Amino acid sequence: MNNNAADNSVSYLHYKGKYSGLKAWILSTDHKRIGLLYMVTMLFFFSVGVTFGVLMRLELLTPGKTIVGPQTYNSFFTLHGIIMIFLFIIPGLPAVFGNFFLPIMIGAKDVSFPRLNLLSWWLFLAGGIMAIVSVLMPGGPVDTGWTFYIPYSVRTNTNVIPALLAAFTLGFSSILTGINFVTTIHRLRAPGMGWFKMPLFIWSLYSTAWIQILATPIVGITLLLVVFERLFGVGIFDPALGGDPVLYQHLFWIYSHPAVYIMILPAMGVISEIIPVFSHRTIFGYKFIALSSVAIALLGSLVWAHHMFTVGMSGTAMFLFSLLTFIVAIPSAIKVFNWVSTLYKGSIQTDPPLLFALAFIFLFSIGGFTGLIQGALSVNMHIHDTSFIVAHFHYVMFGGTGFGIFAAMHYWWPKMFGRKYDFKRAKRAFWFLFVGFNTLYFPMFVMGWLGMPRRYYDYLPQYQVYHVISTVGSWILVTGLFLMFKNLVSALMYGEKTTEQNPWGGETLEWSTTTPPPLENFAVIPVVTDAPYVYKDNDVLTQEDTH
Amino acid sequence: MSSTEETIHHAHRDDEGSRMGMWLFLFTELLLFGGMFLAYSVYRYMHQAEFHIAAKELSTLMGTLNTLILLTSSLTMALAIAALQNNKKVLSLILQGTTLVFALWFLINKYFEWSAKYHHGLFPGADVLMEKSPGQILFFGLYYVMTGLHGLHVIIGMLIISYMSLGTAKNKITADNHVRLEAAGLYWHLVDIIWIFLFPLFYLIS
Amino acid sequence: MSKPIHSNYLPYLLVWFALIVLTGITVTFAGINFGKYTVLTALVIASIKAYLVLSIFMNIKREDKVFKIFIGISLLFLIISFALLFSDYSFV
Repeated sequence: MNNNAADNSVSYLHYKGKYSGLKAWILSTDHKRIGLLYMVTMLFFFSVGVTFGVLMRLELLTPGKTIVGPQTYNSFFTLHGIIMIFLFIIPGLPAVFGNFFLPIMIGAKDVSFPRLNLLSWWLFLAGGIMAIVSVLMPGGPVDTGWTFYIPYSVRTNTNVIPALLAAFTLGFSSILTGINFVTTIHRLRAPGMGWFKMPLFIWSLYSTAWIQILATPIVGITLLLVVFERLFGVGIFDPALGGDPVLYQHLFWIYSHPAVYIMILPAMGVISEIIPVFSHRTIFGYKFIALSSVAIALLGSLVWAHHMFTVGMSGTAMFLFSLLTFIVAIPSAIKVFNWVSTLYKGSIQTDPPLLFALAFIFLFSIGGFTGLIQGALSVNMHIHDTSFIVAHFHYVMFGGTGFGIFAAMHYWWPKMFGRKYDFKRAKRAFWFLFVGFNTLYFPMFVMGWLGMPRRYYDYLPQYQVYHVISTVGSWILVTGLFLMFKNLVSALMYGEKTTEQNPWGGETLEWSTTTPPPLENFAVIPVVTDAPYVYKDNDVLTQEDTH
Repeated sequence: MSSTEETIHHAHRDDEGSRMGMWLFLFTELLLFGGMFLAYSVYRYMHQAEFHIAAKELSTLMGTLNTLILLTSSLTMALAIAALQNNKKVLSLILQGTTLVFALWFLINKYFEWSAKYHHGLFPGADVLMEKSPGQILFFGLYYVMTGLHGLHVIIGMLIISYMSLGTAKNKITADNHVRLEAAGLYWHLVDIIWIFLFPLFYLIS
Repeated sequence: MSKPIHSNYLPYLLVWFALIVLTGITVTFAGINFGKYTVLTALVIASIKAYLVLSIFMNIKREDKVFKIFIGISLLFLIISFALLFSDYSFV
């Protein structure tokens, strides 16, 4: 079916299949169209999450009530967390750019299970809708925080069950994506593409997929147990029925810490793609970067209890988890070292993708180092549950993964849509984002260190100056987001059309097919002979269209 | 988990890839139950004596019978695949049907077990159970959740096998194209393996 | 394409017989009190049974090496989770 040669002259965007109109998208099993479906849904939820975040910051502008009451505020941070984590950061890179580029970058026509891939998106949509429904249903939006800690989550009267089921469904969607990716990478690599000829983005997706497969079911069942506990009064975690709330925290973090690596690893992969291309140098330490992804996936599964240093664990466990936490920093540091070494003596071309990539390295390093500060047991006692933690994980999740996603957008946008975006506007948006981000989150380090607890609705007047700076930062950041998306969207509508295959001079396979890619990605399945990122002559720059 | 109908995108069918996908899915199932086994082990460690007392309420006979039923159903499933590979369609269909009968028998036994507990007031929220010690409440909480979810997997397995039987009858699953039946078999054996662990941990600790 | 296989029924029947015998053994042993080894024997027998199902019923012996590595990774993840969890519960 549809295997005639004509297919390859039509791009995936204009391809006419069994269905037409909207159905041609929402029932498509083409990995590129599914990637775009994910992108649209993800960005919708991102905008909802941003709205809640901005409202939280606005509420914290002054002590006491500014715009909403404490109960609404509790729902704000809960929904902000659930939406950003499950509906934006986790699917952000694997489901959007992984889906779109994984098959292309390994020289395949599609993923191993295209229909399963479509099912993942439908589950993702269903989970997202459930999350929205939980807000609108009588009973009020969930107010437990995204962690659903016991015993509050079995006591509160808000809509915990729909929110839990939403998270469960989203987890299932994520698992199916993981299964698809592992199988695809094992089975469908182009002839000649050995493991150490794979692009580094693929290595990071591979490691991520394993975490998705192995860790997600544990949080899935844990959340389901809470549902049973609420629905039927089954005694599992509730201390009133003899349960152990700390066990809930263990089971929750067995997944949710590795989930942090589900979020960050693909972003590291994107950065590993961008850095060599924009410095026109062969990547430094390819094998180290590739294997450090695997190492992060492995070690990242062993550190979950560092979220729980204040619950009264055994001394042995405290020591062990603190030690492992310090060890897990090593592979991340290896990556940063290799990126910087790649830049060294390169012909650096500061186009928007590289700017975002450099911001990633800078912000992720701050996030990573402040993580180590918390890994130390004695310091952790002091800063646990303060806004220091909030600042730390926003530097990693937003400064890291968020900027990674933006970098990926600016890197692959012309390839995906065959339209150029305005560089000047992209750079302007970048600076708004970068300045806004630091203004928003850096004060949180300071006030957290001084004792400002996280998730608090009210605070002492001495913290107000930091809150004001932070809230102003949120406005700058939102301006940057608006400028960036306006630029990208207007590129889709008015941007200059381009069919240039390789605008940046990249060496991975997606740059060897037409722009935008045809339905089955390649006219002829490529045969790989070289390792990726080999820049034999440093003069590539002059041959390419520079801006 | 079939990939055989997705072949519009592929020049050839990839049976090994399909089985790999199925195995990866089984790992997620394993870890799903693994999470509950983690909870079980912690609570058993904390409340050893109470778990022993609570387990006396379970019928070892019934548990053993269900173990034998499920093991035998695994055998008939494995044989059904082998029969199809040997191009013996009717024999394979009979064996698939036998598997379904055993699965149903397992569920009927489970139903009688659960309803007996119910009549003794040993169900979540019941006064009789709530007056017992924390360890016993937890034992029954885990018992219902773990055997309940396992039962749900038995039902899902039955639906899958029924669907495969239909495919076999309509010659969509044949001696040359049996990867979907194999995948169903893998799922069924995993359900069996989980029961192999549930059985001693709940029925044999009194 | 899968190569034509002539499947032998006998191994399946033998494994089934072994599984039934092992079930008998584990039920019998459960009646005897070995103290703290009771759980251990039950789990060892269950593991043997699981191994038999895995290798014969699920045909893992016939599969590529990578499948075995996968199983190893998954079990390792589960075992590590148990070990680290008990680093909290089995110490004070």
